[in-house]
Amino acid sequence: MIEINNITKTYWMGDVEVQALRGASFTVQDGELIAIMGPSGSGKSTLMNVLGCLDQPSSGSYKIDGEEVADLSENRLAEIRNLKIGFVFQSFNLLPKLSALQNVELPMLYAGLYSRGEREERALNALESVGLGGRVHHKPKELSGGQQQRVAIARSLVNDPAIILADEPTGNLDSKSAVEIMGIFQRLNYEHGITVVFVTHEPDVAEYTHRIVRIRDGVIAHDELVEDQKFAYLPAAQHRFSGSGEHLGRLALTET
Amino acid sequence: MNIFETLKIALSSLLSNKMRSLLTMLGIIIGVASVIALQSIGQGTIDTATKKLEQAGTNLVTVQPSTQSVGGIALSSTNANLTLEDATAMADTTRVSAAAAVAPENTSGGQMVAGSKNTFGQIVGTTASYPDVRDVTMSNGEWFQDSDVSENKQVIVLGSIVATTLFGDGSAAVGQKVSLNRTSFIVVGVMNPKGGSGFGSLDNQVYIPVTTSQTRLTGRRPGGSSTTGRTISDIVMKSTNQNSVDLLISQATDLLRERHKISGTNDDFKITNQQDQLQAAKDQQATYNTFLIVIASISLFVGGIGIMNIMLVTVTERTREIGIRKAIGAKPFDILIQFMIESVTLCFVGGLVGVIFGIASSSVVDVTYQHTVVSGTIVIVAVAFAVIVGLFFGIYPARRASRLNPIDALRYD
Repeated sequence: MIEINNITKTYWMGDVEVQALRGASFTVQDGELIAIMGPSGSGKSTLMNVLGCLDQPSSGSYKIDGEEVADLSENRLAEIRNLKIGFVFQSFNLLPKLSALQNVELPMLYAGLYSRGEREERALNALESVGLGGRVHHKPKELSGGQQQRVAIARSLVNDPAIILADEPTGNLDSKSAVEIMGIFQRLNYEHGITVVFVTHEPDVAEYTHRIVRIRDGVIAHDELVEDQKFAYLPAAQHRFSGSGEHLGRLALTET
Repeated sequence: MNIFETLKIALSSLLSNKMRSLLTMLGIIIGVASVIALQSIGQGTIDTATKKLEQAGTNLVTVQPSTQSVGGIALSSTNANLTLEDATAMADTTRVSAAAAVAPENTSGGQMVAGSKNTFGQIVGTTASYPDVRDVTMSNGEWFQDSDVSENKQVIVLGSIVATTLFGDGSAAVGQKVSLNRTSFIVVGVMNPKGGSGFGSLDNQVYIPVTTSQTRLTGRRPGGSSTTGRTISDIVMKSTNQNSVDLLISQATDLLRERHKISGTNDDFKITNQQDQLQAAKDQQATYNTFLIVIASISLFVGGIGIMNIMLVTVTERTREIGIRKAIGAKPFDILIQFMIESVTLCFVGGLVGVIFGIASSSVVDVTYQHTVVSGTIVIVAVAFAVIVGLFFGIYPARRASRLNPIDALRYD
């Protein structure tokens, strides 16, 4: 669960003071699939950087699973990014010289929590869960855009994060791949209760979520459930998220 | 992240662009290789000189001409003022009692031809007392005699290596003809090997009567009042025992001062004993070593600058990659270590390659030109130095990488 309370962020561009966030507040329960939407200049990117612990707010509180992260040291922020947050970027951001498997293992290397065998097993399971079990040794340039994004999603899962932050995840994909990717997110969310926060300006993407948070001029302007949610993963259509915070079990990344 | 994984990442980065890694290492390779090769040549030179001195034994004293100077200004421009008569006077035991044996040396270089074989080497004009001074024994024939010297006979004694080169076997040499600068000599004896190899070894020289050498080879003519007709290169003497070396030097000095009409101490000669010469050789080595270290440091420093340049370029090129790593949880220290390991690995590998090239060059010189001795200490020091260069010059780029802002880095490209 993440809670943002009255976050502000001010920075300097040359000698102009820019107030990117002016007191944004909202809460995300475990297991939600939400979209943050806003036009450019709304503070959407700044909000995402704060959510992702890539940047720190000027004031206000940001709690992940009850832990305040607003004032942490750089090393602690790196740990949080490693263990509590999973990133999916618009341009995939895979390391080109590593194979899919090595890319997925990378966050675990920095975590220092798993042995070599455990890392490989977890990475393979993550790749299975996004439907890429057969291409683990390919390099990114040998994979299509949709496949690369799946690798990126697998990478984001691998340390069991509290939330996945996806920044325009379908922006560089054709429509068919885009729908497939949204289907994967929906499946991960529905079957394994993984919390996903999309940051987007495309209504098409937002329609696949169950709740849209609209940001404008540095504050939250609207926060409402989606009336006609679209489903790329049909079993999820049977059970719409109730908003009660239940989740259906975390993704099992090791054999039990 | 553990060191082993970081090492693997660093190595794969370096291997992924072999040409660039190689060019970057070049400065280090050349620096290390030249230190090792030059050191080995210098050490080889000293070793050869030391061995030659040791061959001569500890009782040996050498008198050489020198330039006179007053207040630091040289008075004469030639070094040629030791004469055969000086040597003969030294042999007088009533004046120089501490000398067991005295022999002049008149050395020149020349072509030695025997039939179809030839070689180039040192020709030493000397007297019948040479074997006593230099502790020489004969394997075939005998040394020439006093009468050969007084009669300017064209006879020759061969060092063992020369005998083998010209005749294949010492025993075949006696009685044969050898031409020195087109003057014909008869071989009367072959020396037993004294040891040592290369330039300056006794076995690589030939010996003729000093008078013959003055008249036939060095173009100097006896007679006349000027000294240039009778000069020799040096006088070698053996002291009666180890303890009389200093006495011998002082007696010889007195005698020569009297003969050369020198008052005071402004000598036109210098007398050294073998100990002094050994020390001089060692001092020369120390100077050479210092010089070498300075040159090598400069060279490695330049190599280090090259490393730093390339690492800076690499960091800039991989800005996006660094942003991604930081986004997924790499701490600044993780990034720092990754790039430090890359630069140290470059330098370590460069150092090893430099060692291989250095030893190879040294071997080539050893076979073709002169004796060389590779020092194990220098090899280790050179590689260690290269690694230190890697650490020192890698820090700045690595810190820059570790301090990149992930947000900006992700936007790069």
